[in-house]
Amino acid sequence: MKTFVCIKYVPDTSEAEVKVNPDGKTVDDSRFSFDINDADNYAVEESVLIKEDKGGEVDVLSIGPKQSEVMIRMAMAKGCDKATRVEDDRIADHDPLIVAKVLAGAIKDQEFDLVLTGCWADDDGHMATGVALAEYLGVNHASMVKKVEVLDGKVRAHRELEGGLMEVLELELPAVLTIQTGINEPRYAPIKGIRQAQKKELNVVNLDDLSIDPAEVSADASQVVLENLYIPEVESAAEFIEGETDEKAEKLASILVKGGLV
Amino acid sequence: MGDVLVLAEHRQGALRDISFEMMAIAPKVAEAMGGEVKVLLLGSGMEEMAKKMSGYGVKVIVADDPLFENFNAEKYQKALSALLDDMKPAVFMTGQTAQGVDFMPALAVEKKLPYVAEAIDLNYEDGTLKAIRNMYSGKVNATVAFKQADTYLVTIREGAVEAPEPAAAGDVEKIDSPLKEDVPYRKFVEYIEAEVGDVDITQSEILVAVGRGLKEDKNLPPIEELAQSIKADIAGSRAATDAGWLPHDRQVGTSGKTVKPKLYLALGISGAFQHLAGMKGAKTIVAVNKDPEAPIFTVADYAIVDDMFKVVPALTEKLKELKG
Repeated sequence: MKTFVCIKYVPDTSEAEVKVNPDGKTVDDSRFSFDINDADNYAVEESVLIKEDKGGEVDVLSIGPKQSEVMIRMAMAKGCDKATRVEDDRIADHDPLIVAKVLAGAIKDQEFDLVLTGCWADDDGHMATGVALAEYLGVNHASMVKKVEVLDGKVRAHRELEGGLMEVLELELPAVLTIQTGINEPRYAPIKGIRQAQKKELNVVNLDDLSIDPAEVSADASQVVLENLYIPEVESAAEFIEGETDEKAEKLASILVKGGLV
Repeated sequence: MGDVLVLAEHRQGALRDISFEMMAIAPKVAEAMGGEVKVLLLGSGMEEMAKKMSGYGVKVIVADDPLFENFNAEKYQKALSALLDDMKPAVFMTGQTAQGVDFMPALAVEKKLPYVAEAIDLNYEDGTLKAIRNMYSGKVNATVAFKQADTYLVTIREGAVEAPEPAAAGDVEKIDSPLKEDVPYRKFVEYIEAEVGDVDITQSEILVAVGRGLKEDKNLPPIEELAQSIKADIAGSRAATDAGWLPHDRQVGTSGKTVKPKLYLALGISGAFQHLAGMKGAKTIVAVNKDPEAPIFTVADYAIVDDMFKVVPALTEKLKELKG
């Protein structure tokens, strides 16, 4: 099995205050902590599990800055074999179809059985890159996959639909699978793996190295324009209970009991 | 010209809510673009569904073909590719659902058409179609403009808008199946229903729900003590079930259960829209979260901005005192 796993370096904004920069098109990410996109972390684990079961090789592919190499090395520490990092300012990375085109450009001409990636990016959340990538590569795909069984020449994928319903389907290989969170239990990188990862091959390339015409993946090539970002007005009708922790707990307990809610 | 073609979504014989919700967005876009709304149904045996959709005063186009019996992204893409060439709608929309996300990006690439995923609203102004969408865990909105094209592709977030009431009866037109042949390389095998656990949280009167803020399962005991003191069942967000802190049948949200308890206590849950969709119908919602910007507060009735690990033991103690 030859598997590519495509991962993204994203900011953790779950508990952070997000501010839009004066340009109105980007957010101030100077105080965010960055790490692997949650769903991509599960994709890395799944690719390593498949390799452990079927043998073969896993190549990491990521578009991102130098700092993201920490994330890439961590994926290699968990068992991925080598990596390619694409860095090029000319890529219109707000558009998932452009991102997919670049990823396809980095994979094309190479033999592969599977491409795994997360089904959703925590930052822009399009759920589009993996399925678009499959189309560019001209191969099968399944999105939101929560179980993978590699069979002879094909893969059986369980897609997670709404309400916990699973759709089971079979795809002929090669195929792109977008991985849903919770599919496995991502491992911690072993110390030995972390040491080995430092010696594994990590190639840094730009569009010219990949023979991708910059005009094909630039903002001009994108068919959508990110006009502006803004903080939505938070409409909360909630009664905010104030005070020291004990006071807050006491007030809430009183509301719940007196209101007949408990 | 200027028509808005809406692909209605159905599964296991029933229309899904998103099909009705899109009727809140498609008509205003069609009006602004000087066209009309057409609703497309791909499937097999859809008379009732066609009638229901036509009740929104729109033209319903039905392509009935046994090959469409179960959703298959490849079949949908082939059929829609042919239909877009044929009908040339100004906008083609469907839901950002497990179905929509499985073919729309590929269709956009194939047809070289602009695509915006997961819009929460659409506006047509001065000749440009613009979508509003969320980014960064719902903390930022983005306005995305489509560049000029023959057809704009867009998926609409589930639960972003309320479905309108049906208006007037429209027509139903049957068309020949745009699918010429089966696709051998992708086969539907079966549906597997969600597992049923020991507690059915859709029936619970009181739910204490935990999220990413729980951090690890060894932090569960004080939550269990709180739940016991008020005879509540424990539920969780996707983060809590993905991490294995709770079984999957306790997950509240789009991919889990939709619950409507009398009281929902959300502890350390930021409130991703998928989670809110599953619990905003609760009668009273209490949210405890460290982050004052957490979207969970938008649906809460009572809010406490604080560390859940400090609030929970204090709350349990006070409740025990008050209830005797």
